[in-house]
Amino acid sequence: MDELLVDFLTETAENIGVVDNELVRWEQNPTDRALLDNIFRLVHTIKGTCGFLNLPRLEALAHAGETVLGRVRDGKLTVSTPVITAVLAGLDGIKAILRVLEATGREPEGGDADLIARLERVAAGEATAAGPAAAEPEGTAARAPQSIRVSVELLEQLMTTVSELVLTRNQLMQIARQAGEGDAYTAALQRLSQCVAEIQDGVMQTRMQPVSNAWAALPRMVRNLALDLGKKIELEMVGGDTELDRQLLELIKDPLAHMVRNACDHGLEDPAGRAAAGKRAAGRLRLNAFQEGGHIVIELADDGRGLNLARLKAKAVEAGLLREREAAELSYAQAAKLMFHAGLSTAETVTAVSGRGVGMDVVKANIEKIGGTIEVDSTPGRGTRFTLRIPLTLAIIPVLVVAAGGERFAVPQIAVRELVGAGSEGETRIERLHDAQVLRLRDRLLPVVGLATLLGLPESAGEESYVVVAQAGSFSFGIVVDDVFDTEEIVVKPVAPILAGVTLYSGNAILGDGSVIMILDVNGIAAVGGAAGERFESDLAADADEQGAAAAERDAMLVFRAGSPHPKAVPLSLVSRIEEIAVDRLEWSDGGPVVQYRDDIMPILTVDAAAGLRPAGRQPVLVFNDGGRSVGLAVDEVVDIVEDIIDIRLSGEIGGRLGSAVIGGRVTEVLDAGHYLALGLRPAARPLAAPAAGTAGAAILVVDDSAFFRNMLRPLLSAAGYRVTTAASAEEALRLREAGRRYDLILSDVEMPGLSGVEFARVVKDAGAWAATPMIALSSTAGDAAQVSGREAGFDDYIAKFDRLSLLALLERRLTKVAA
Amino acid sequence: MSIDLTRGGEFVTVQLGGQWLGIPVLGVHDVMRMGALTRVPRAPPRVAGVMNLRGRIVTAIDVRRCLGLAARDVGTPPMGVVVEQDGQPYALVVDGVGDVVSVPADRYEPHPGTLSPAWRAVTGGVYRLDELLLVLDVGRLLVSDLAEAA
Repeated sequence: MDELLVDFLTETAENIGVVDNELVRWEQNPTDRALLDNIFRLVHTIKGTCGFLNLPRLEALAHAGETVLGRVRDGKLTVSTPVITAVLAGLDGIKAILRVLEATGREPEGGDADLIARLERVAAGEATAAGPAAAEPEGTAARAPQSIRVSVELLEQLMTTVSELVLTRNQLMQIARQAGEGDAYTAALQRLSQCVAEIQDGVMQTRMQPVSNAWAALPRMVRNLALDLGKKIELEMVGGDTELDRQLLELIKDPLAHMVRNACDHGLEDPAGRAAAGKRAAGRLRLNAFQEGGHIVIELADDGRGLNLARLKAKAVEAGLLREREAAELSYAQAAKLMFHAGLSTAETVTAVSGRGVGMDVVKANIEKIGGTIEVDSTPGRGTRFTLRIPLTLAIIPVLVVAAGGERFAVPQIAVRELVGAGSEGETRIERLHDAQVLRLRDRLLPVVGLATLLGLPESAGEESYVVVAQAGSFSFGIVVDDVFDTEEIVVKPVAPILAGVTLYSGNAILGDGSVIMILDVNGIAAVGGAAGERFESDLAADADEQGAAAAERDAMLVFRAGSPHPKAVPLSLVSRIEEIAVDRLEWSDGGPVVQYRDDIMPILTVDAAAGLRPAGRQPVLVFNDGGRSVGLAVDEVVDIVEDIIDIRLSGEIGGRLGSAVIGGRVTEVLDAGHYLALGLRPAARPLAAPAAGTAGAAILVVDDSAFFRNMLRPLLSAAGYRVTTAASAEEALRLREAGRRYDLILSDVEMPGLSGVEFARVVKDAGAWAATPMIALSSTAGDAAQVSGREAGFDDYIAKFDRLSLLALLERRLTKVAA
Repeated sequence: MSIDLTRGGEFVTVQLGGQWLGIPVLGVHDVMRMGALTRVPRAPPRVAGVMNLRGRIVTAIDVRRCLGLAARDVGTPPMGVVVEQDGQPYALVVDGVGDVVSVPADRYEPHPGTLSPAWRAVTGGVYRLDELLLVLDVGRLLVSDLAEAA
């Protein structure tokens, strides 16, 4: 039912009850003017609201009643029992209609001509004892109102109490854990805990309001704007019943209105502009709200001209944010992000509508303040879409408790993307670039800040540390901490005003053990941790990452020269290290050069017979590593690292070459690292990675649309002792199923044309011969959302495409499980 | 609640570096022995930390710091006087808490001109009792930058 109608029914039910009683009192005290005024006002309100809601039948009846009361008030009619009786009968009629209205959402058919005629007669002073005495109104108790009004203060107070309850529960749980109390105690505590959780949910529910409440003023606003601007604008609103915490709703109201205003003013063209672009005369704005995990997503899309990137870039250069050359190199998405920087509004002229003052930077700041994010996506000539992600609630949040410099801090889970262990040695170690600290994370350099340093606390002497990969807006960075403890649900309390100036904290809370913990504000840390310029750079780096994720098949390739002037490349992720080895350290064994490397003997191979080693000095070597053994590939020089969409045209005629591809605008030979690994390690007669007993010889189906991946995985998996079949699409794989082929395990890409990996998994797991076959998703994006949908569809595991060691380990584990 | 410090009344006496100071009893909610504090890095230096007092988060103010006194000796557990300012509870960390004294208004005198700026910034005058009693101005204790600088 319409929100407004529910409000009206609740309000009217209250008013009618009052009028009922007041009328009876008034009959006894006909001279009480205040009483009459009150009754008149209430009936008038009902009438007025009916008119507003388009309820003609109710309105007519209320109007007739009001006329009678009006005449009495004007002294043209004296109060008598017939008058009261007639008004009461009118009220009963109203009640009857309200009951139907409440049940069905619309007025009952028919009319009230009799009642109205009777009231009119009374109003004209004709009525004497006419009409039956008003019977005791029927069914007054038949249906209690469906909702009641509760003051917001009371709800807030309830919320506070529940928050305390949650805390106390947490404290009890902790005490129970430490004291190891008996079963009976624990059982009771479990029940209590469950009840508390239910109360918490219930109270949270009461705070929830449909997003449409924040939208209510928009249609009117858009209409006025359209008139002012001389444009035609259609506003479509979808998902208005999505619910959001009341407090948050209040906070997003203004930013949202501002964005809509911007879209009308700058986003949409005027009718002439639209006609010239071949678009419908009316511009379209579409608001869409939906829930996604612990977030509410609100999208605002227009079909206007898109962002004027040239102008944005020019302004950024003008403002000194970028150098000319950098601006030229920005991708579309990166440039679009410029609009969130202060003072870079795209409007050529400042109009009365969008005005000056509030820019998108303020909108972004406001959204981030409540733990949300905002992103923009724009296509020239086609329109712009903003995506807001807002957490469901602010009051109780899950946090990760971490330690740095001997103190504990809480990091809101919502800002934590992942947790990485980082030692001073090994794959994930923190490295220094001049005065910046970075972490290598899946082929990307992640800027990191030491929490202890940032907070001016003593740095720990320990070797081991953890990196909390945090997300501040679209910017991700690492926070180095000494230790990581539990996650806990905490009740956020604002910090005292004396601490409000410290932007590093978003609040504080009492933990289960009764101590107070400061909650870190990830946005604040990002701002303090990175110098302004550095931060901007990182923003762009993050963009590149996102784009990589969107394009799915974007790979980082290491480009080098060896044996010929033509560029060659291998996937960067297959290169574990680039070394320069002094030529005089080379020794000879098994007819080939080797070098003592990390307590092992590493064979050094050349790309082909034509390529040789340097006669003296230092020889650059790409080190491939598998299962602890390394193979070095001598190269003439490392040229570059290029991120590109790799489309390999297979040749496959010469050993060690997968084929050629255009990388960074040049035709480049792509080498098969697996070939060199196998070649280099053969003399030692050791398998690449010894499969555990029972998993060797297992049949694996690899489904991937990219020839590159199929060609990379096949030698890798074969070398590990598996029998490998490849399919270039889900459809092809399903044909294998129909043909009666059976596999022990299926590895499938997620992003594929035609049937996607997720759909493929759903089909496989749904029914058929492969329903029980374990499936592992190969993904270049290991995003949470993708993982969740993948697992729902039936994938048993998720693995990053290039993470070969994990892949092999996972295969072994999975296949052992199957064997068992 | 702002309390007129010049009108006499009842004061909780607290000790700081051998000096007795008074805090208007009307503003005092609680007196307790200070327990463990959670430190708040990068907070203004006068903030000693935050603590849990019966489910409320109380910000502890190091009054010694405000007065430019040396840090307290380790081993003598400090006391906390909980006051409320603009609805927020603060614990004033002091060396010790003495009696509540009642002082008549006619014993009030403004600061002597020779009192150091740090002390003048956070106190509201002096009462001539058997001993002299400086009165702390809680509101200024929380906002004074001057005290910070000292």
